[in-house]
Amino acid sequence: MPFLSVMTILLIYQLVGELIVREFNMTVPGPVIGMLLMLFSLLVKRSFADQLLKPTEMILSHFSLLFIPAGVGLMIHLSRLQDEWLAITIALLSSTVLGLLVTAWTMMLMTKLMNRNPK
Amino acid sequence: MNDYSAIWVYLAASPLFGLTLTLTCYLLALQIYRKGRGNPLLTPVATSIVMIIAVLSVMDIPYDSYFSGAQFIHFLLGPATVALAIPLFYQLSKLKKIWLPMTVAVICGITVSGFSAYFIARALGASTETILSMIPKSVTAPVAMGISEQINGLPTLTAVFVVITGVLGAIMGVWLFKLFKINDDNIKGVAMGVTAHGLGTATSLQINQQMGAFAGLAMALSASVSAFVLPFVLSLINP
Repeated sequence: MPFLSVMTILLIYQLVGELIVREFNMTVPGPVIGMLLMLFSLLVKRSFADQLLKPTEMILSHFSLLFIPAGVGLMIHLSRLQDEWLAITIALLSSTVLGLLVTAWTMMLMTKLMNRNPK
Repeated sequence: MNDYSAIWVYLAASPLFGLTLTLTCYLLALQIYRKGRGNPLLTPVATSIVMIIAVLSVMDIPYDSYFSGAQFIHFLLGPATVALAIPLFYQLSKLKKIWLPMTVAVICGITVSGFSAYFIARALGASTETILSMIPKSVTAPVAMGISEQINGLPTLTAVFVVITGVLGAIMGVWLFKLFKINDDNIKGVAMGVTAHGLGTATSLQINQQMGAFAGLAMALSASVSAFVLPFVLSLINP
């Protein structure tokens, strides 16, 4: 599928997502609803996914580029980071360790429970 | 001489400058990352951000002028998030067998990493905007910024926390799994994808394909459920 068509399709899904969020006063970002709608469309029509695969791979391979402009926003928060650096550092470090371990342990526990009681 | 500086002042404030600077620094950062054999400390996002801030400070250009150009890149976060549905769709068959343990692990993981940061930072006296902006820090950037906006955090501050968390998770994950003898690739992948989003996924892919696939799956799943879960948990804590 030509790149321009793919971009247009993605924008239409995002737009519909934004409209739904506004209409129903949801706390979910519009693009997430757009993503779920897209997933639903793909489940209905599989050939759609094969057409979109290549062009979207190109967009997603540079996903990290897209959050640089926001990350540079660090410069407007420098004074805040200077004031609160200790709290921020400790919070980010310990929560990352906790997040990794809790996720891994929950998954291990759940897998064990499900193997003990097969459906 | 005066003509030159007049042109320069004009160019530095035009959108062209911010856009070109972002792309140039990103490509340079990718080169550095490859030279450093994918060392997570050299992750291209972090390096680019440092380079761009250095250039802007030296040239005394405010963030707003920079962003007038960089917003064209920033804007693409929306359609790129929609595009995440495609890789997620191709992984769905893998999800069938393990969807229940994984969904529970993803929900527990994003809640614990977001709210442990919230409570620890609050106990250490951080401001309200800071602690709110920390809640979505483990989710991939575009979604995290959207959530941050919804819960009255500062989206740009959240983006900074997202990048830092990604780098920390990618570095500490490998080391923690060894320390706690967690050996299953599926489980390691899910933990990396949930906690360290795209940067965790990239690191997992370098370890092996299986771990990378599960990290990507967990990242996409957490991007879609966290937008529902995190604001809900916050409303329970802070009615």
